[in-house]
Amino acid sequence: MVTLEPPIEQLPCENLIYSRPESLAEIQTHYCPGCTHGVAHRLVAEVIDELEIQERTILVAPVGCAVFAYNYFDFDSAEAAHGRAPAMATGLKRVNPNSIVFTYQGDGDLASIGIAEAIHAATRGENITVIFVNNAIYGMTGGQMAPTSLIGQVTTSSPTGKDAALTGMPMHIAEMMAPLPGVVYSVRRSLHDARHTIQAKKAIRTAFEAQIQGLGFSIVELLSSCPTNWKMTPLDAAHWVRDEMIPVYPLGDFKVAEPLQNKNRSA
Amino acid sequence: MSKELLKGNVAIAEAAVRAGCEAYFGYPITPQTELLEHMSKRMPELGRVFLQAESEVAAVNMVYGAASAGVRVMTSSSSPGISLMQEGISYIAGSEVPAVIVDVMRGGPGLGNIQPSQADYNQVVKQAGHGDFHPIVLAPSTIQEAIDMMVLSFDLAEKYRTIVFLVLDGAIGQMMEPAELPPMQEVKKKRPFWALSSQEARRTNGELPQKNVITSIHLGAEALHKFNEHLQRKLAQIEANEVRYYENYMEDAEVAVVAFGTAGRVAETAVKTLRAEGVPVGLHRPITLWPFPEKRLQELADRVKAFLVVEMNAGQMFHDVREAVGREVPVEFLGRMGGLIPFPTEVEAEVHALWRRTEVLEMHRP
Ligand SMILES: Cc1ncc(C[n+]2csc(CCOP(=O)(O)OP(=O)(O)O)c2C)c(N)n1
Repeated sequence: MVTLEPPIEQLPCENLIYSRPESLAEIQTHYCPGCTHGVAHRLVAEVIDELEIQERTILVAPVGCAVFAYNYFDFDSAEAAHGRAPAMATGLKRVNPNSIVFTYQGDGDLASIGIAEAIHAATRGENITVIFVNNAIYGMTGGQMAPTSLIGQVTTSSPTGKDAALTGMPMHIAEMMAPLPGVVYSVRRSLHDARHTIQAKKAIRTAFEAQIQGLGFSIVELLSSCPTNWKMTPLDAAHWVRDEMIPVYPLGDFKVAEPLQNKNRSA
Repeated sequence: MSKELLKGNVAIAEAAVRAGCEAYFGYPITPQTELLEHMSKRMPELGRVFLQAESEVAAVNMVYGAASAGVRVMTSSSSPGISLMQEGISYIAGSEVPAVIVDVMRGGPGLGNIQPSQADYNQVVKQAGHGDFHPIVLAPSTIQEAIDMMVLSFDLAEKYRTIVFLVLDGAIGQMMEPAELPPMQEVKKKRPFWALSSQEARRTNGELPQKNVITSIHLGAEALHKFNEHLQRKLAQIEANEVRYYENYMEDAEVAVVAFGTAGRVAETAVKTLRAEGVPVGLHRPITLWPFPEKRLQELADRVKAFLVVEMNAGQMFHDVREAVGREVPVEFLGRMGGLIPFPTEVEAEVHALWRRTEVLEMHRP
């Protein structure tokens, strides 16, 4: 056995290139192997650290696999009812205008049961940030069809594949949000590989900057993988995002308000 | 301060403002809308938060958010809107944050109508949302009482970290009456220790404080059982401390009329007329529908020969009175539905009949 000399915690700081962001609690998550919720959490935490807003940030967690996000982030947090996070965040932000308030929502939570709350918070230009995790499925309840599921996608509630005639076409949230006047930033990114993950982080940073500047509603849609419910290996799941999801959900900037332009454009 | 002529809904709204309500979220619905409209003028004037939500579902969740920040917050609605709020009400109860809800009841089921009703008794008192909890439910019968109870609602909500419902029917919401408004209270500067705010503000001695979390989830069965036990203990404490009722002519009464809100007011008029005719009748008017004045009704059952429950519904509180007084003493019911308010003469006729039957029974007792 090789022992590190000196022990890792005594390594000089300049050699430390990777560590847990302050804004993430020192606790193991319950996410499945290959699930990108953990990646999305880390990106948000890094951005909050970099912007030095940890002490004034409030998370509104969803009902979905990220229901325990409040355990993983290390700042004040609330756990909303299914789909109601944007309404709860509205209440919080209106009475705490100096806080940085963000919701973290899945596609069942935001695009299905909570679409009214999301669209109206956006329309009002509520000065909050929404991190929207689109994994094309209901993860927490065991892999049922979502409004974002792809045509032909087999889920536990669409056993012969999602049928557009029966349940409609996939919903494009980032594009839907963009024309709403209260929205200042609406983009789609993906977490399927390192390059795209870095781009996603830049977008998350811009979304929070929009809120810090008091510009209005910002949303980042993140294409994410759910190997367990897609019944794939983590690698196949990442490839499925790249090969199946991105053609349906093109990555890009659908709205970037003037004060945010010329920064962090998508590649 | 002196009395002024005030409309129920407006008086309640102004009382809430003066109680230091910092945020209001609501959605228009008759017969409650003047309350929302008054808030839309007054709150921004005072630099406080008013927001018309996209639905009652959103309104109650905005209340949940602001309540999580520890401010005095309220919403108001009427029966169909309260049905929509049940989800949020349950979450608020499960997270133990204080919030105040006004329900200006109208006739149901369904769209029903916009006439005065008391048909939300079960919905608010028995099952305001899923799970084991009760909000505190206050039922005024005059505008002055409604004003006073509006202020009390905020105090009780904060004291117990619970939901307080102020329930009235459309009649009290819509009518005008002379009443006195309370003095103005400023919005509280200090947020409670458990509130979501900025950790920065809670920082003491340079130490970053523990993060605060507002949630209603307890995944383990044992943990949720424990939490429910805690809730039940709190409810028992509320039951022990907060029962409120009003009585008139009860000292020597042989027949007791039990009624709340507008029905209680009608009943009191009838009781006064009956007393002038020499009928030994009294009024018991519950003010807290939860906690219910169960013990007091038990006491009354020991000396009263019969009860008459009057409600503007099909007999909802009736079952609570029945349960409190037991099977020994007869409990009769007079109800009007659909927005009808019983007339005092109807109550009088019912009491006369009940009193005659009780006397006949007495005569035939061995
Ligand atoms: C009112 C209500 N309806 C249904 C549920 C059950 N439920 C929990 S999570 C969920 C879907 C979550 O899917 P998504 O938002 O896509 O998030 P993911 O788990 O995939 O991250 C559902 C339907 C609930 N908790 N509350």
